[in-house]
Amino acid sequence: MIELLEASLLLTGTAFMLVAALGVIRLPDLLTRMHATTKAATLGITLIMLGVALHFGQATVVARALGVVIFVMLTAPVAAHVIGRAGYFVGTRLWSGTLKDELRPHYDPLTHRLHSGLEEDEEGGRRPRGDG
Amino acid sequence: MTPVLSICLLALTAGLGLALVRLVRGPSLPDRVVALELFSTMVVGIIGIVAIAAEDVLLLDVAIVMALMGFMATIGFARFVERGGQGDD
Repeated sequence: MIELLEASLLLTGTAFMLVAALGVIRLPDLLTRMHATTKAATLGITLIMLGVALHFGQATVVARALGVVIFVMLTAPVAAHVIGRAGYFVGTRLWSGTLKDELRPHYDPLTHRLHSGLEEDEEGGRRPRGDG
Repeated sequence: MTPVLSICLLALTAGLGLALVRLVRGPSLPDRVVALELFSTMVVGIIGIVAIAAEDVLLLDVAIVMALMGFMATIGFARFVERGGQGDD
């Protein structure tokens, strides 16, 4: 029973990792590729490490496997955010079928500034904020 | 080594090959960094499966270090790209 559960965990995790690799080679631009690698690879590594913990079944091994899982779950979004931000700032092209890029009208690539629409205008006074 | 472990290792190696294709072909530097990050994650999985096959608990420490190195490498590359490294090559 344990062996069956472990084998299914390992095989499912491997399948998710393979899907992540397929996504990184098939998807059209940087952001969609990151969408494949971060989520699918994190789930794959989680399932594989759960299988490892189930195989050994000692407290120290379970702690280490869960340590790997928690570390990957904490760092994968941070790494994806940082590299996606860097890729956008250096002007990586989006896919030609992209429908919406909400950052483009607010971001000035020359001065590297992001406008929220609530800045002080040229005279130094604040725009009315709707409180009368 | 049981057939399940062999299948897992074969599939993960095939995934490494696919990520390597993206690493070589990737049109810009951030694409290559994403492929490298996937590479390190898959190596962590391979180390876990090898730990089962070899019945060696100590290999899990190697997996932890590998995950840490992948994260640091990604952060370093991202800072390099953002501070005006080569954007397109």
